[in-house]
Amino acid sequence: MSKIIVVTSGKGGVGKTTTSAAIATGLALRGFKTVVIDFDVGLRNLDLIMGCERRVVYDFVNVINKEASLNQALIKDKRTPGLFILPASQTRDKDALSMEGVQTVLNDLAKDFEYIICDSPAGIEQGAQMALYFADEAIVVTNPEVSSVRDSDRILGILQSKSLKSEQGGSVKEHLLLTRYNPERVAAAEMLSVADVEDILAVPLLGVIPESEAVLKASNQGAPVILDQDSEAGQAYLDAVSRLLGEEAEHRFLEVQKVGFLKRLLGGKK
Amino acid sequence: MSIFNYFLKKEKKASASVAKERLQIIVAHERNKRQQPDYLPLMQQEIIDVIRKYVNIENDQVSVQLDNNDDCSVLELNITLPE
Repeated sequence: MSKIIVVTSGKGGVGKTTTSAAIATGLALRGFKTVVIDFDVGLRNLDLIMGCERRVVYDFVNVINKEASLNQALIKDKRTPGLFILPASQTRDKDALSMEGVQTVLNDLAKDFEYIICDSPAGIEQGAQMALYFADEAIVVTNPEVSSVRDSDRILGILQSKSLKSEQGGSVKEHLLLTRYNPERVAAAEMLSVADVEDILAVPLLGVIPESEAVLKASNQGAPVILDQDSEAGQAYLDAVSRLLGEEAEHRFLEVQKVGFLKRLLGGKK
Repeated sequence: MSIFNYFLKKEKKASASVAKERLQIIVAHERNKRQQPDYLPLMQQEIIDVIRKYVNIENDQVSVQLDNNDDCSVLELNITLPE
């Protein structure tokens, strides 16, 4: 049985693509055959984050329009075995995706893959609705900031009313992933805490990814941050993948880290 | 000057709790709206039109709210008549 997981947020720039790349890579590292699909037609970026931008020949829209086969369009990840990327089209607009087309592609992928990760575009328009419609589970990426939390609540409303699962009387399993978390600012009462956001959204917490320099470094290099296992962000994503698989893992990096004298002197970085 | 700033700062509310309060209010409001049936805005407008035939009122003087309880729904209509 294959599982479809959408990574969504409503608001742009909160870390959907970073999260899609990290979670998909993490699942593949754990031995699951995984494909990650970029639903952001016209603004393709997953390929850059995954570091395969120069290997894109065919894309999602080509497959839907039967201009290419799925095998031609799927890009095999060079770093992680068992991981494939289906890039979005860069030249078409968002209307190029059709519900039937998406369903056909997902059904074909479900024959081969254990996990299908859908990287949603920002917004609540057709592209975003298409990305979440067939989902079994949803990872709602949220920053501890008012507009992101509000938009997450909006997208949760859409998950609960406009997904296939909800129309069949069931529900999409929801996970909250808090990203760009800054424990220092939370301690200074300048930033919403994990508890605050959990309180407002009332969705089970999948993980908290601390604000980290490693994320930009990873995207610069085109290697998902979860592979940078020395970084706090990378470790936090590994924990999140464990929880996604139903394992217990304690939440880390929520408190202000005490920096030792020597480290402060040498200017240690996260 | 700096000593005054110190005391002033203490009195100011931490910005995170302001954010939380504002969010709780707006999110509750928007969730409430989301649960309303689609016909509610139109029905509200028609009710206002009927009342206007007899009394001159503004749109914001009528509030329509639908509360869903476990076994029944209550439609609450509140009209403030001008003096």
